[in-house]
Amino acid sequence: MNIARSLATAFDPLHYAFFRHALVVATIAGALCGLVGVYVVLRGMSYIGHGLSHAIFGGAVASYALEINFYLGAGLWGLVSALLITKVARRRTIGADAAIGVVTSASFAVGVAIISVIGSFTRNFEAALFGNVLGVTMSDVLVVAGVGVFAASVVFFQYRELLFATFDPEVAEVSGVRTGRVDTLLALVLSATITATMNVMGVTLIAATLVIPPVTARLLTDSFHRMLWISTATGAACGLVGVYLSYYLDWSSGASVVLTSAVVFVVAFVISGFRHRRLPATAADVH
Amino acid sequence: MNELIRFERVTCRYGRDPVLVNVDLAVAEGDFLGIVGPSGSGKTTLLRAIAGTVDPIAGRIVRTDAAVGYVPQVETVNWYFPVTVREAVLMARIGGRIVPWSSGEDVAAADAMLERLGLGGLGGRHIRELSGGQQQRVFVARALLRRPRLLLLDEPTSGVDVRTRHDVMHLIHELHHDGLAIVLTTHDLNGIAAHLPRLVCLNREVIAEGTPREVIRPDVLERTYGAPLEVLQHGGMPVVVEHYPEVEAVSNVVALREEHHEHRA
Repeated sequence: MNIARSLATAFDPLHYAFFRHALVVATIAGALCGLVGVYVVLRGMSYIGHGLSHAIFGGAVASYALEINFYLGAGLWGLVSALLITKVARRRTIGADAAIGVVTSASFAVGVAIISVIGSFTRNFEAALFGNVLGVTMSDVLVVAGVGVFAASVVFFQYRELLFATFDPEVAEVSGVRTGRVDTLLALVLSATITATMNVMGVTLIAATLVIPPVTARLLTDSFHRMLWISTATGAACGLVGVYLSYYLDWSSGASVVLTSAVVFVVAFVISGFRHRRLPATAADVH
Repeated sequence: MNELIRFERVTCRYGRDPVLVNVDLAVAEGDFLGIVGPSGSGKTTLLRAIAGTVDPIAGRIVRTDAAVGYVPQVETVNWYFPVTVREAVLMARIGGRIVPWSSGEDVAAADAMLERLGLGGLGGRHIRELSGGQQQRVFVARALLRRPRLLLLDEPTSGVDVRTRHDVMHLIHELHHDGLAIVLTTHDLNGIAAHLPRLVCLNREVIAEGTPREVIRPDVLERTYGAPLEVLQHGGMPVVVEHYPEVEAVSNVVALREEHHEHRA
């Protein structure tokens, strides 16, 4: 009798259409960020999620001011910002972290300047900053799903090129990989991912969903293809569980997803710590 | 011998600074060429220009369609990147396949290459779990899987101990013996350069080119390194002697003190 009551309570939120949308979109967004985040983390650009989401915020404001479609305007803005970061980061005297700081802060500042000129900006302002997974519409779900299919297709069909260009760009180019094209493609996937998931996770929390699942996966495996699978699955699971928990705990859904990811990371960190303590030192450690 | 690549007065630069100036060079099938010079002399840029990743701003590079294998400095490798030995080697099999997983034929070829280079059974290990010499062999295996006719190695023995250096050079000599043209860069004049058939002394421009006996000479080395270096002959081989006046002065003081204490005792 108690089990039946518990099950009924557990399925209670599923009676609401908005919650079903939220679960679906959070799961896909989590998987998407987990997948794309692997390349972000391995390229040493973990800060890019945080920076690019701020840059895209500038694009979102500009789209509103110019009265063009949010996804189109913000997505293009994000792509240009990502390409600028890639280009500036290639200057060895600057480096990726500084390039992200310069480009994304300037882009965010453009958004703030436009707000100050037009005097007001209220449209989805809170949703963009903090995420509003419970307010997503069916069209938002379709956009996130579409970007998910696009990102998965890029990773599937460009798997070898992306891996080689991420691990060893110089030798990849010698071996026939057009690294410039690969970098542009990755910038496109990343900006589409952030634009599509911004309303779900929010500008302030999106970086965590791009970084925590990949680093959790990295703690658990030394193989690249397994890292892709584990990171995607971790992102999806944290999205699903996080939103579910937010219903019962009455927390912000974005914060709930990120805190769930953080707990999973801590567990993986402890497990990997035990595993490494039992292994002998590797050759590279005694160089 | 068929020429694989020829540089005709090639000049390359990064930004405003020229890194290579008016370089003339030819590499033919079966060549074994060492490039020596101080840090910043353009050795790696020369390798990159041969590989085709750096374009000249002046001059001409004439190349055949022969595949080139490139082995980077192991010090530039991210050893924490999550790749197993087999995954690293299979990166060479780029293109020609839409799906991400490797064909059975590619996996068999990678395993055969690992076996040939003495890494059999290590395909499933993470690259960081190997010794220095084994790590170098992984990247040689990746380069060889492209079936190159010209192999470029950027300081293949940098940062390794004497035994590993010997192992790596033994492997490179074997590959040359099998018919592969080899171009490598090195800072090691006595341990590596003196044992190669042909050397190029580089300091932005080609200072000298020839056999070790022809180019390892005080006047050439002074022009290459900008400092006087003494060269002795030992068993028909040139040996470069480096002097460190400060260290020698300290050694002399220590020796004098020891002599003084022994005398008092």
